[in-house]
Amino acid sequence: MNYVLNLAWNLMKLYDLLCLEGLVRGLQVFKERIKAPVYKRVMPNGEIQKLIITEETAKIRPYAVAAVLRNIKFTKDRYDSFIELQEKLHQNICRKRALVAIGTHDLDTLSGPFTYTAKKPSDIKFKPLNKTKEYTACELMNIYKTDNHLKHYLHIIENKPLYPVIYDSNGVVLSMPPVINGNHSKITVNTRNIFIECTGTDFTKAKIVLDIIVTTFSEYCENQFTVEAAEVVFPNGKLHTFPELAYRKEMVRADLINKKVGIRETPENLAKLLTRMCLKSEVIGDGNQIEIEIPPTRADIIHACDIIEDAAIAYGYNNIQMTLPKTYTIANQFPLNKLTELLRHDMAAAGFTEALTFALCSQEDIADKLGLHISATKAVLISNPKTAEFQVARTTLLPGLLKTIAANRKMPLPLKLFEISDIVIQDSSRDVGARNYRHLCAVYYNKNPGFEIIHGLLDRIMQLLDVPPGEKKGGYVIKASEGPAFFPGRCAEIFARGQSIGKLGVLHPDVITKFELTMPCSCVEINIEPFL
Amino acid sequence: MADGPVAEVLLQRLEAADGGLDSAELAAELGVEHQTVVGAVKSLQALGEIIEAELRSTKRWELTAEGEEIAREGSHEARVFRSVPPEGLPQSELMRLPSGKVGFSKAMSNKWIRVDKSAADGPRVFRVVDSVEDEVQRRLQLVQGGRAEKLGEKERSELRKRKLLTEVTLKTYWVSKGSAFSTSISKQETELSPEMISSGSWRDRPFKPYNFSAHGVLPDSGHLHPLLKVRTQFRQIFLEMGFTEMPTDNYIESSFWNFDALFQPQQHPARDQHDTFFLRDPAQAQQLPMDYVHRVKRTHSQGGYGSQGYKYNWKLDEARKNLLRTHTTSASARALYRLAQKKPFTAAKYFSIDRVFRNETLDATHLAEFHQIEGVVADHGLTLGHLMGVLREFFTKLGITQLRFKPTYNPYTEPSMEVFSYHQGLKKWVEVGNSGIFRPEMLLPMGLPENVSVIAWGLSLERPTMIKYGINNIRELVGHKVNLQMVYDSPLCRLDAERGPPSTQEAA
Repeated sequence: MNYVLNLAWNLMKLYDLLCLEGLVRGLQVFKERIKAPVYKRVMPNGEIQKLIITEETAKIRPYAVAAVLRNIKFTKDRYDSFIELQEKLHQNICRKRALVAIGTHDLDTLSGPFTYTAKKPSDIKFKPLNKTKEYTACELMNIYKTDNHLKHYLHIIENKPLYPVIYDSNGVVLSMPPVINGNHSKITVNTRNIFIECTGTDFTKAKIVLDIIVTTFSEYCENQFTVEAAEVVFPNGKLHTFPELAYRKEMVRADLINKKVGIRETPENLAKLLTRMCLKSEVIGDGNQIEIEIPPTRADIIHACDIIEDAAIAYGYNNIQMTLPKTYTIANQFPLNKLTELLRHDMAAAGFTEALTFALCSQEDIADKLGLHISATKAVLISNPKTAEFQVARTTLLPGLLKTIAANRKMPLPLKLFEISDIVIQDSSRDVGARNYRHLCAVYYNKNPGFEIIHGLLDRIMQLLDVPPGEKKGGYVIKASEGPAFFPGRCAEIFARGQSIGKLGVLHPDVITKFELTMPCSCVEINIEPFL
Repeated sequence: MADGPVAEVLLQRLEAADGGLDSAELAAELGVEHQTVVGAVKSLQALGEIIEAELRSTKRWELTAEGEEIAREGSHEARVFRSVPPEGLPQSELMRLPSGKVGFSKAMSNKWIRVDKSAADGPRVFRVVDSVEDEVQRRLQLVQGGRAEKLGEKERSELRKRKLLTEVTLKTYWVSKGSAFSTSISKQETELSPEMISSGSWRDRPFKPYNFSAHGVLPDSGHLHPLLKVRTQFRQIFLEMGFTEMPTDNYIESSFWNFDALFQPQQHPARDQHDTFFLRDPAQAQQLPMDYVHRVKRTHSQGGYGSQGYKYNWKLDEARKNLLRTHTTSASARALYRLAQKKPFTAAKYFSIDRVFRNETLDATHLAEFHQIEGVVADHGLTLGHLMGVLREFFTKLGITQLRFKPTYNPYTEPSMEVFSYHQGLKKWVEVGNSGIFRPEMLLPMGLPENVSVIAWGLSLERPTMIKYGINNIRELVGHKVNLQMVYDSPLCRLDAERGPPSTQEAA
């Protein structure tokens, strides 16, 4: 049972098992009740269906593939499953129709050859799926703005000068991908012959999607597991036949599988395990080689490691013997984190409580509320925040601590908080144009400003870092300074080891008020990286 | 001796007394204020079981100030009578006397005096009888002598109506010997003092017992944040296992290191605006290792290293897009790339614990930023069995011994396994981590030798912390809305000790 559960778990990841048909077939093959079906592309008795791509599509949605499911027999359940599979593919591999969009049509209502082209929205007019009237593409885009399902796909073509569209030889619109099909060729539970087209911006994905649909539902065709070919003519005149339904052979050595998984199985057993995973395998050559046939349903297998994983899954992860690698190494701490850990403990020993605040915040928190313009902060700006809380990466730890106090105003005074964490500043010398600095910030919040307490804390930190007071080389000193966040005359800049490392002082009443606080507050914030 | 002579006398009297004595009676006998005796009782009580004192309340009649004056000087009417000489007194003169007005009418109604209105110089008052009995004065003197019970109910209420008597409630103590009764007691000391130590007087002094059921006074102290206490323990575990810490102090990362280097295709949903924070400024990474970039590009778009590749048009611009790293695996990729540049290859064990960012929908267990724990081992010939063995040792150090592995899909590991452990509190298997072997398409373009495998696993720091400390809402733990009282009260983090209270949270 465990095997089966594990298998089902793994199978869910595969595109072809997004529907019940695929899952049931996979389990039956695994239980060796049936053999994995062999899918065949067949040529039609009559003329082959043709889809001609015009060059106008190049700029918007250049690829299209097509196939026919002939003499299919739907039931209500099969029909629903067919529709549901398309929807799941649209959401997954098709990336919400951006990469690939699927159109399925009742072939008996149409007459080929088909043309995939792109036209001005005002020039496209048709009766869309489930509507009784004809609309132009412009009108449709307006109508679907309020459609909870379709509105998510409009942006893909909305601002393009030309919209993609597929016609049959009589000028009937099959679909306007990736938004909507025409009503004319709508499939029903009684449809017997289905024309499937997939258009998109990713050719590989379009081919995979087509393979998944036809392999899954060819089971219900009169000639089971056969798919009728269709031809696609590309703008350069090249002719391609779809679906590809490519079977590929891979060769993997049995000892490689054993070595990567950490098991000792015979090549024959490994081939058997893989066959049960729908990968028809046999031992060949020197008896150590396994030849594996990758069916078109397994587009996820692109490397031997994928085959090895299937062997491991079929073997059962929990049956693998656990062993410890003999890898001998000497551990090292990252020096900045080592210093941080040491300082954290001594900050707590000095009576300050550790806060853990967000690295992302609003522009207001790091600029406006501290009396700065955002351009003066050199902050990195986030392009797609869902709310104002995630507009920037913080450039100072102070706002987070003040917000922590504001959320804990009911706690007895004084509140003494600290944080040692990273802030981010733009820096064009770095590969990504920004870098972190490890800051230490502490605040004292009480009925009195307590500058001497914060100053004392700085003295203690310097003592811990073995930095003596004084202007001498290697010493530290504080010098009167100013800053918009500080009360005039109550701010000093901290110099240590010959460089400015931060400021301390009593916060300006405006800052206190903007952070919804009511008591005086003093703070210190320094960069600890010079002390590494 | 304790509290001066009164307490001393009290103890002596008590020793002689049969049963006990009343505090008020003792005060009366000693001629001191009752309050003085009460003070002595209380100080003796504080010494323990020397005496027992039972509070009693008794009612008593007392004279008012006017009543006391009358008991002393006589009633107003008697005083009026006495001031009238045999030859009489003009009424106007009598009325000027202190008791005149009140005493006149009462003396008239008692028929002790009469008024002659026909006298030549105005109305004149004369005695009617030769002598009078001052009944009011006599009764008040009885009350004053403590014999109020000799008066009838009617007489008392008449005197009260005249505001000469009041009824007062007196709280007294009935004092009896305690279980440790002694006439010679010394006061117990509360605390040892430097003087006692230097003089040695502590040897002779009794000390007041402590109340051990009371709470102590918590020390004024700073506190470490619970999540970071857990972080410290995880660091410790990795260090104990010989893992070296990777630098992760770069929140900003290029899409290249965050995705492309990990063989995550450019159309992957994780690279969507809905899931990842991209940067507006600086929008692009300017420097990328171009040789390596080309190998990555080729692997994505055409395959190679035994791979089919993803067969799509790989774009450098997409790789340059800056973002807030969505996992620390980007830092692992940088570390492995650096390792690959060192020749010959030396085996490595790496770990990191740091923040990652996701532009996701927020709820009680998910925030836009959280901490990721990651472990990586790179060596020749590592197997899935090795990965499971390392995981077993790692989780054993966390106090988690029942492990199960399930297949899963990760874009950059193959094989991949989710790690589940049986949670005693929740009574079910919960996911505790994700793991796998990095894909060759990720490792080989870096320049790592072909037979080197890299096993890796990751988990969040927040989830085990929430389970450990029984926290259900992540906002109470991380960020400025933290409950500081929770921080103050949180215990040490000992991951291999017994589990904390069960969380009601589902597996995230």
